[in-house]
Amino acid sequence: MAPLNVLVLVCLTYVAFLFAVAFAADHAARRGRGTWLRSPIIYTLSLSIYCTAWTFYGAVGFAARSGLEFVTIYLGPTLVMIGWWWTLRKMVRVGRSQRVTSIADLISSRYGKSNTLAVCVTLLAVIGTTPYIALQLQSVTLSFATFAASDPTSADLPDQQSTALWVALGLTLFTILFGTRNLDANERHHGVVIAIALEAVVKLFALLAVGVFVVWGLAGGISETIARIDASPIMHWEVSGGRWIGLTMLSAAAFLCLPRMFQVMVVENENEDDLRTAAWAFPGYLMLMSLFVVPIAAIGLQTMPAGVNPDLFVLTLPLQEGRDGLAILSFIGGFSSATSMVIVAAIALSTMVSNHVVMPVWLWSKGGTAAMSGDVRHVALLARRLSIGGIVLLGYLYFRLSGGGESLAAIGLVSFAGVAQFLPALMGGLFWRAANRTGAISGLGVGFVVWMYCMFLPSFGTSSILPQHIFDHGLFGLSWLRPHALFGADGMDPLVHAVMWSMLLNTAVFIGVSLLTFPRPVERLQGAQFVNVFRHSSTATGWSGDLARSEDLMIMSQRIIGSRQAQALFSGAARRQGLAGYLPEPTPDFLLELERELSGSVGTATAHAMISQIVGGATVSVEDLLAVADETAQIMEYSSRLEAKTQEQARTARQLRAANQKLTQLSVQKDSFLSQISHELRTPMTSIRAFSEILRDTGGLSPEEQAKYSTIIHDEAVRLTRLLDDLLDLSVLENGQVVLNTQTGRLSDLLDRTIAAAAGGEVDSLEIRRNRDKEDVVLTTDLDRLAQVFINLIANARKYCDAEKPSLSISSKQDGSELKIDFVDNGSGIATDQQAVIFEKFARIGDTKAGGAGLGLAICREIMARLGGDVTYLPGQSGGAFRVTLPVSVVSSPLGETL
Amino acid sequence: MKSKAGPLFLEQRTYRRRRMADAARFLPFLGAILFSVPLLWGQAGTDASSTTAVMLYLFLVWGILVAVSAGISRKLREDETHGADDKTPSKSGV
Repeated sequence: MAPLNVLVLVCLTYVAFLFAVAFAADHAARRGRGTWLRSPIIYTLSLSIYCTAWTFYGAVGFAARSGLEFVTIYLGPTLVMIGWWWTLRKMVRVGRSQRVTSIADLISSRYGKSNTLAVCVTLLAVIGTTPYIALQLQSVTLSFATFAASDPTSADLPDQQSTALWVALGLTLFTILFGTRNLDANERHHGVVIAIALEAVVKLFALLAVGVFVVWGLAGGISETIARIDASPIMHWEVSGGRWIGLTMLSAAAFLCLPRMFQVMVVENENEDDLRTAAWAFPGYLMLMSLFVVPIAAIGLQTMPAGVNPDLFVLTLPLQEGRDGLAILSFIGGFSSATSMVIVAAIALSTMVSNHVVMPVWLWSKGGTAAMSGDVRHVALLARRLSIGGIVLLGYLYFRLSGGGESLAAIGLVSFAGVAQFLPALMGGLFWRAANRTGAISGLGVGFVVWMYCMFLPSFGTSSILPQHIFDHGLFGLSWLRPHALFGADGMDPLVHAVMWSMLLNTAVFIGVSLLTFPRPVERLQGAQFVNVFRHSSTATGWSGDLARSEDLMIMSQRIIGSRQAQALFSGAARRQGLAGYLPEPTPDFLLELERELSGSVGTATAHAMISQIVGGATVSVEDLLAVADETAQIMEYSSRLEAKTQEQARTARQLRAANQKLTQLSVQKDSFLSQISHELRTPMTSIRAFSEILRDTGGLSPEEQAKYSTIIHDEAVRLTRLLDDLLDLSVLENGQVVLNTQTGRLSDLLDRTIAAAAGGEVDSLEIRRNRDKEDVVLTTDLDRLAQVFINLIANARKYCDAEKPSLSISSKQDGSELKIDFVDNGSGIATDQQAVIFEKFARIGDTKAGGAGLGLAICREIMARLGGDVTYLPGQSGGAFRVTLPVSVVSSPLGETL
Repeated sequence: MKSKAGPLFLEQRTYRRRRMADAARFLPFLGAILFSVPLLWGQAGTDASSTTAVMLYLFLVWGILVAVSAGISRKLREDETHGADDKTPSKSGV
C-alpha cells in the first residue's frame, strides 16, 4: 500500500511545480515573450475548468447510480460549443468591445449600467457557487482520507477538517498571488491560465490512465469490457426523457452562465479566433473525459464490495488492485480538477464582489464624490484580495456545516440550476433589443426565489427552515405551494420540476415585464449596441463633456489606474487632439475611452457613476438615438448633423476663445512689462543719479558716508546689469546662438549643488524632500544650463509657495524614452487659467510681490528646448508642480566606480 | 451558383463562407436531435436497449460532431485568410 507520506510528498511537489509554472508564465508574459501562452490550445484547455472534481470523481458515481444519464452534463456544453456561431461568438465580441470584467458586469452593462442588477447577479452567483467550492474541498479531503485508510502504516487518520483547511489556505494564497497581480481585470492572468491548462492535461491523462487500466488491465479488452457492462447493474438503458433533455439543457445553460466559465471564456479571451479551435477541441476533450466513465463504473460495481462510495471508484479501484502509482496519479488528477475550479471561481467572484458590492459601498461611505476619494487602487486590490479569502472561506464553512454528506452529483446540479437563472437575462440581452432592466431584475428575482424554495433549501433535507410539513402540505398549508409539486405538478422528478418552474417563470416574467415597461435611453442604447455588435462594433457614446473638467477627471483617474498610466492616457489624448500638455478637451470620444479604461479596473457601473459625477450626467446624443430608432432616421440625421456641427462649433469657439484670451493676456503682459521694465530701469537709475550727485556736489562727506553712497550706486548698477543679462540670455537662447557646454555628472550631485545655490547661504525655510536612490543616474548634457533650470524652479518654490510649512519634493523616474524630474510643492499651485501663460516672457502671477522681471520660466523653457527636453506644468498634483523631461539619450550607462 | 463575369471569384468565396456559417448554425440542432434519438429506443422491460449500444451510438455521434465542427472551423478560417479582400461583413441573419 502506498505510504501516505509519499502521497503528501508528491502532492506538495506538484503544488510547488504549479507555482513555478504560473510564476514563469507571468514572468514571460510581462517581458513580452511567450506568444505560445496565447495559443488557441491553451484557451481550449483553460475551458476545461468546466470539468471539476465533480467530473473526475462524480461522473463515475453518477454513472454507477443512474447509468448513461451522467453524459448529459457533457452533451449540453458540447452542443453550446459546436453552436459557437450563435452565442459564444457574440458573447466574446461583446465582452471584448465593452471591456467586461464578469458576467455580472456584462448583464449590468447591457441593462443601462445598473448596479442594482449587478449586485443581484453577484449575490446569486456567490450563493450558487459556494456549495460548489465546498464540493471541491470535500472531494480532496475524501480522496485523501481514502488513501489514509488504505495505508496500514499510518496509525491515525488525519483530521478531515484540517486537510480541507490546508487546501483552502493554499488555494487562497495561489489565487491572491497570481489572480490579483494587476488591478485591470481585463488583463489576462497568464500565470493562472497556464496553470489550469496544465491541470487540464493532468486530469485528462489521469482519468484516461485509470480507464485504460480498467479496460485492458482489469477487464481484459474491449469486448470483455462490453460483456462486463452488459452484465452489470447498469446494463439497461433506463433514462427518463424529461431528465435526459432537462439535464442537457441545464448543463448547456450553466456552461454559458457559470461565473468561472465566463471568466475563462470571455474575460481571459485574448483572440476571438481561439473560439474556432475550441469549437471542436473542447467537445473532443469532453468526449475523452467521458469515454471510460461507464466501464469504470460498471467494473467498480462488480469488483468493489457493496457499500463503497461509487464517487471514489476512480481512486479505490487502482488502490484495491495494488497499483499505488496509478492511484497517486488519479489522486493528483482529482486534486487538479478541484483546485483549478476553486482558483478561477474565486477570481471571478472576487472581481464581482469587489466591483459591484465593496467599491460602491466604499465610495458611498466616502461621501460619494469620486474626486475626493483618495487612492482607489489600493482599496480595489485589497477588496479583491479580501473577497477571494472570503469566498474560499465561505466554501470551507459550507463544507464544515453541511458535514460533506451528500453525493457529489446532487450538489453540483443545485449549483448549476442556480446560475442557470442568469440565462434569460443574458440571452435576452444579447438577442432582444427590447429586453430591459426592470424585466431582467424581476425575472432574476422570481427565478431565484423559485430555485431557493424548490431546490436549494430542500437540498439540505428537512430542516428548521423547511420542515417536513411544508414538503407534505405546502407553505402556509397551501397544497399548490409544495416545494416538489408546485402548482400541482405532482409526481415529477424533483430536479426537472425545479428547473422547469424556475426557468419557465423566470423567462415569462422577464419577457412580460420587458414588454410592459419602458426602458431608459441608456438601456436602449446599450441594447442596440449589444444586439447589433457585429454591425457596429465601434460604440457610440453617451457622454457630452462641455466643461473644462479635465483636471478633475485626471485627479480621479490617477487614483484609480495610477498616476503614470493616467498621465500617459491624458497626454496621449491631448496629443491626438493637437493640444500640448496633459489636459485634453473632454470630447465624447475621450470620455468614452476613459470610461472603458476605468471600467477595466472598477467595473462598468462604477466607472460610469464616477465619470458622471464629474462631467455631470450622461446624455444620450442624437447620434446614439439614431442607432436605436430607425423610423425617424431622416429628420434625426439632419438634426444630428446640426447638433454635431453645433458641438464642433462650440468646441472651436472655446478653443478660439482660449487663444484670444491668451493673446489678450500676452498683450497685457507686454504693456505691463514695458511699464515694469521702465520702472525697473528708472528706480536704480534715479538712485544712481541722486547719490552720484550727492557725491559730486556735497562737500565734507565723511569716508563712511562716501562708502555707503558708492555701495548703493554699485548695488543698483549690479541690479541693472542682472536685468540686462537676463534679457540678453533669453534673446541668445531664442535665436539659437547658444553653444552648449556638454559635461558628465551625477544627477544627485547636480541637485545638491543647485539646492545649495538656490538657498544662497541663508537658513532655508523650505523643506526639500528627495529620493536619492532614484537620482543615481549619470547625465551627459550641459549641466550648468540644467542647473540654471533647477535653481529657477527651486527658487520659484521658495518665493511663491504659500503653505505654512513650505516643502518641495523632487522626484525623478525613468519612463520609456524619457527621464522625468518632478518638482512638486505643497502650496496652492497655479490656477488653471494661468497655467497657459507662465512660460511666456514677462509673465508674472499676481502682484509683483517677489520682484523679478518674469523671465525665469521663459528662460527655463528655452534652455530645456535646447537640451532636447521640456519643462511643463503638471496639473492635478498637491500644489505647484513642474516636470522637467530629458531625452533618455542623455542618461549614460549606470554608474561604475569611476566617478 | 451565380455565374457573372468579373467578381465571380469573390462572389463564390462570399457564398461559400456564408454557407459555412450556415452549417455552423445548423450543427448544434443536428447534434441535439441525434443525441435525443436513443430516447425513442425501447426502454421498458425485456426489449430494453443495452447501455453499451446506446453508449457506442452516443460516442460515435459525438466523434462525428467533433470532426464536422473541426472541418467547418477550418473552412471558415481558410476563407477568411484567403479572402482578405472580401469586405462583406458576417451578418447575423441570412
